[in-house]
Amino acid sequence: MMLDAASWDALRLSLLVACTATLVALPIALWMAWLLARGEFRGKALLSALIHLPLVLPPVVTGYLLLIGFGRNGPIGGFLYDVFDITLAFRWTGAVLAAVIMGFPLMVRAMRLAIEAVDPKLEQAAATLGAKPASVFASVTLPLIAPGILAGAVMGFAKAIGEFGATITFVANIPGQTQTLPSAIYSFLQVPGGESRAIALVLWACVIAITAVTLSEWLAQRVAKRIRGIEGNT
Amino acid sequence: MSLDLKITKRLGAFTLDLGFTAPNGVTAVFGRSAAGKTTLINAVAGLSEPDSGHITLNDTPLFDAAQRINLPAHKRRMGYVFQDARLFPHMDVTQNLRFGLRHAPTGSTGPSLDEVADLLGLTDLLKRRPTVLSGGEKQRVSLGRALLSRPKMLLMDEPLAALDGPRKDNILPYLERLKSGAAGLPILYVSHALDEIARLADQLVILSKGKIAASGSIFDVLADPAIVPLVGLRQAGAVLQATVMEHGDDGISMLKTNAGTIELPGVAAPVGTLVRLHVWAEDVILSRTHPSGLSSVNILPVTVKSIRTGDGPGGTISLDAAGDQLLTRVTARAVQDLDLSEGLSCFAVIKATSIAATSIGR
Repeated sequence: MMLDAASWDALRLSLLVACTATLVALPIALWMAWLLARGEFRGKALLSALIHLPLVLPPVVTGYLLLIGFGRNGPIGGFLYDVFDITLAFRWTGAVLAAVIMGFPLMVRAMRLAIEAVDPKLEQAAATLGAKPASVFASVTLPLIAPGILAGAVMGFAKAIGEFGATITFVANIPGQTQTLPSAIYSFLQVPGGESRAIALVLWACVIAITAVTLSEWLAQRVAKRIRGIEGNT
Repeated sequence: MSLDLKITKRLGAFTLDLGFTAPNGVTAVFGRSAAGKTTLINAVAGLSEPDSGHITLNDTPLFDAAQRINLPAHKRRMGYVFQDARLFPHMDVTQNLRFGLRHAPTGSTGPSLDEVADLLGLTDLLKRRPTVLSGGEKQRVSLGRALLSRPKMLLMDEPLAALDGPRKDNILPYLERLKSGAAGLPILYVSHALDEIARLADQLVILSKGKIAASGSIFDVLADPAIVPLVGLRQAGAVLQATVMEHGDDGISMLKTNAGTIELPGVAAPVGTLVRLHVWAEDVILSRTHPSGLSSVNILPVTVKSIRTGDGPGGTISLDAAGDQLLTRVTARAVQDLDLSEGLSCFAVIKATSIAATSIGR
């Protein structure tokens, strides 16, 4: 599918934002998923609610809250600018932050389900065989939840590609700088005769989304199959 | 080589409070459900921490509340065979076995993977995934994996409970082989099936509501009339030792016990083997005089050791059979009619067919 320069920029930026957001969010999401699945602490319900908040808030609200918090005059944004000379608002890095926040609940959810599906009795068995905790995680837990982690990553990636409301509110829609694939489609539809350009990008968006969801489904089935292996025992 | 422990552990309204020493060989822990068996074995494995007391293996403290020692499970080197096998579903049989080997301490010696696979009949299963294995096969892999971790002791939590009769009979010979083969490895064997225990155990600890109700050598404990209410009337019975003398053409074998020869059908052990016979108390008949004209030829001269009445209309009598022990159930009325008293000589009649092939162990 032929794309003009501006469309290419948007597609490339979206892929960059989505990849970066996925990589940044992955370890944190895994940690949070672990806490929610296995942790026992006060405020667990609150943490869970906070993580899931972006799923239920209107994206434009999330974007506005990001702008307030992470804008150069906001409490966090101001600190980042003063101390590290980092600006997020109206930059592609801000689009990454928005994508991380919006994709986070989906990632945590997929990983949490995978962790909860692992029978802790298997980890106990590994320990009695002499495996240290780190080794138990690496050789038993991780292989069993790996498909869940990948599925979560794919969901987060797909969400990042499609993120629109929070992104456009937080980093605007500057061609070549913060104009992601959805923002570009939106812009093209605003000008007369822009429909053919929009349709080209829409098709690309569809291809990416379908690939991501198919991959995620396939991985989810694998995790179910792997973990079901243990249930036939009793 | 021995395990010594004295622990307490509270779990809600239940309190485990016991102490015993398990020497080499198989120490069985018998108890009904919720007697505290799994709590006990998990404490030994390091999967749960007792509230107080100590657990010592060969003079090495595994747990000591006073000294604040609580060795984590992975440092205890306990080969734990779980009731539900707990094979790693993402690994095939070889990988499961190798997991044990991989985490064995460097420099430790013991049987190789091939030897273990051979011992447990796993050679044809090595490439299979746990999902396609039968219950008995899973249990054998689990046992092999535990053996290959080069443990200092084996813990078995009802390893046969999930298996049906024929599969149980399939795996018991492996356990019997292990008992005689695994050089000096103490085994703690938790079960609620007295027939398994009668075949395997050297020592027996009977748990009831978190406390020890009886403990000692398997022969003594099972012949103690006091344990009958704990194990149930149907399961009660002593263990008789016998040597296989000859196998007759008609399928009946001659076995020699201290008190005399007996004839039994369905004995598979070769001539010369010392076997154990779990003789249920219900299947032993007592006679004051040497009976004649009976269909059973298994008549052993015995002496009444102790009589216990008061548990319902029946009485339980323990008998001395030239050093071996038998247990029999009679009615309280029979105790009076036969004028039974301690030290009295009489004859015990054992019905040959009542000793099932499954009650014969090595």
